[in-house]
Amino acid sequence: MTATVTMAQALNRALHDEMRDDDRVLVFGEDVGRLGGVFRITDRLQATFGEERCFDTPLAESGILGTSLGLALYGFKPVPEMQFDGFTYPGFEQLVSHIAKYRNRSRGTVQLPLTVRIPYGGGIGAVEHHSESPESYWVHTAGLKVVTPGTPADAYSMLRQAIQSPDPVVFLEPKRRYWMKVDVDLPVADPQPMEQALVRQPGTDVTLVVYGPMVRTGLEAAAAASEDLGVSLEVVDLRSLNPLDEDTLIASVRRTGRCVVVHEASLTLGMGAEIAARVQELAFYHLEAPVLRVTGFDTPYPPAKLEDFWLPDVDRILDFVERSLRY
Amino acid sequence: MGDSEEPDREANEPHEGPDYRSLLDPDTDPAELLPNLQPIRLLDRNGQLGEHEAYPLDLKDEDLRTLYRHMVVARRVDREAINLQRQGQLGVYASCLGQEAAQVGSAYALADQDWIFPSYRELAAGIVRGIDTAGMLQLYRGTWLSDYDPYEFHFALMAIPISTQCLHAAGFAMGARLAGEPVVTLVYFGDGATSEGDFHEASNFAAVFQAPCVFFCQNNQYAISVPLSKQTHAPSIAHKGVGYGMPGRRVDGNDVLASYAVTKWASERARRGEGPTLIEALTYRMEAHTTSDDPTRYRTREELDYWATFDPIARMEKFLKGRDLWEDRFAAAVEDEAREQSGHVRDQIYDAPHPDPEELFAHVYVEPPPHLERQRRQLQAELAGGGEPAPGGGDLEGLVDAQRREVL
Repeated sequence: MTATVTMAQALNRALHDEMRDDDRVLVFGEDVGRLGGVFRITDRLQATFGEERCFDTPLAESGILGTSLGLALYGFKPVPEMQFDGFTYPGFEQLVSHIAKYRNRSRGTVQLPLTVRIPYGGGIGAVEHHSESPESYWVHTAGLKVVTPGTPADAYSMLRQAIQSPDPVVFLEPKRRYWMKVDVDLPVADPQPMEQALVRQPGTDVTLVVYGPMVRTGLEAAAAASEDLGVSLEVVDLRSLNPLDEDTLIASVRRTGRCVVVHEASLTLGMGAEIAARVQELAFYHLEAPVLRVTGFDTPYPPAKLEDFWLPDVDRILDFVERSLRY
Repeated sequence: MGDSEEPDREANEPHEGPDYRSLLDPDTDPAELLPNLQPIRLLDRNGQLGEHEAYPLDLKDEDLRTLYRHMVVARRVDREAINLQRQGQLGVYASCLGQEAAQVGSAYALADQDWIFPSYRELAAGIVRGIDTAGMLQLYRGTWLSDYDPYEFHFALMAIPISTQCLHAAGFAMGARLAGEPVVTLVYFGDGATSEGDFHEASNFAAVFQAPCVFFCQNNQYAISVPLSKQTHAPSIAHKGVGYGMPGRRVDGNDVLASYAVTKWASERARRGEGPTLIEALTYRMEAHTTSDDPTRYRTREELDYWATFDPIARMEKFLKGRDLWEDRFAAAVEDEAREQSGHVRDQIYDAPHPDPEELFAHVYVEPPPHLERQRRQLQAELAGGGEPAPGGGDLEGLVDAQRREVL
């Protein structure tokens, strides 16, 4: 039966269903137990599965990630929550030096099936350190998979796939879309593998590359482009940032000959840089214009009153689409 | 202040209002968690065995000999590793000379199902676990980053970043408790590691979750060149335990029997569900921090000579002789094993095959993703001597050529 589901509810349901289906799955972090998480993503999991399977930890991100490694080594499937993007950094060393590398260091004898959930991105008027987009750090780290859903249905399916993955996954949740509602059947039948990109909307003139919170913005931009400019955008939702689904990306750019990448994270060495590099390597002779990037500025994330000037929006995307079309 | 009234130190009546009681269970006096500054010692410098009510020895004659044997083998392999580094066979090596008793005694106290989480100086503990020391040294040779199966020996990968492994041990112990299995973890770290945040977070997690984890600090007096007095202003490292609600104990780390007995006590209380313990083993790093270090810049000959009089192996030898557990045949067997082990390590390191460059890509993910596959093919082409390496990796030029044909 189709029901109206928010992304937050879809994520909660995914955690619930994985915990139900696999005793080894543990959910823990700051405030995830009785409170159900500051965004309620872990709502009622403790009541349903008990304090041994869903529990609050001391307030220490390195501790949460480092003990996750130990729990995974023991044979559990930890799903730790980082409360906010900007609070992930104390756990940086555990994620980068240990979780990402352990399999490789052990010559493949040890797997670490753990999923680090991180609410990320801006647009909710939050206080400092609560709106960051740190995906490049994790994408740059060999040994981690990095995925991010843009819709409630993907949130459900991709989180379940991430938890089932034998490799460690950084699961980035676009927090401004937590309350986005759709009518959807859960579980989704035959979900697409989380490593694959998806053409959200076919088009002919420009490929618009988006992920996470920018999926919806990109689709809005496509509607506006069609209506206001008579331009047809093909919206490609990457879904997985590492590995990148080059086949879907490159096939689209070869069709349109133009590529505009959108993300909230700052410009320099953001995902857009990597997309631009891959596109020019793999679709050079098809390009009619340079790959352009619509991103946050190379400044610290701004105070809430200024975030609308900082974040990419439909207008900024359309400006860059027009610029691409002028070549 | 001067003449002002002295506070009434006797008054310990509860205040009216919120509950100010200790978080420990009512029967536990926080003072019980504190260590004595004098470390627990069973064997004195002359090999005389004392007794300690709280830490009885449950070892048979054969165990006593085995402890000695492990220490001698460890020292010989350690010496061999230093030689191998001097001969250019190892890039660097961190010696455990002088710390054999702390490692052998503590590792020997564990049950087979228990897990050890080492830093990078735990050759002697690895020997107790029966790991091929040549496999442990591959990290230092640069062949690969480890060459033993952690699940086979219950010995986690060596951790070079400081104190990070404390959290792995705490998490693993949390897992054992959740699974309801009688598994204990023991984590090795140094005095310098207690300044790192991960030591604090691990101690706190282990205590909050009452995880069966033994924190075994080898206080060898120096973090490279920095003495302990510049790491902490606590009365001792073991005193830090009370801050987490776990007992702290100081033990003579050059006394293999005390190291054994105190670890046994800590691991059994962990196994009974009584939570973690912090053990500070007082020892001394007789060698440089690593073969790259020059300790003459920060410590004196006199200091070294002084600590040499506490040598753990000499002490145990005196004890065994005093107990009539020493016979020429035993001494010869130990000597044979030490010679055989160090010879084995020398041969294995000299003969270790060069790693296969393609293994670079083999273990990063369970299924190599396409971009890694392309980079692997690029390296393959380079190894075959074929053409210039393509910047994006692999058969990129082929891809671009195909595009050119398609478009033009």
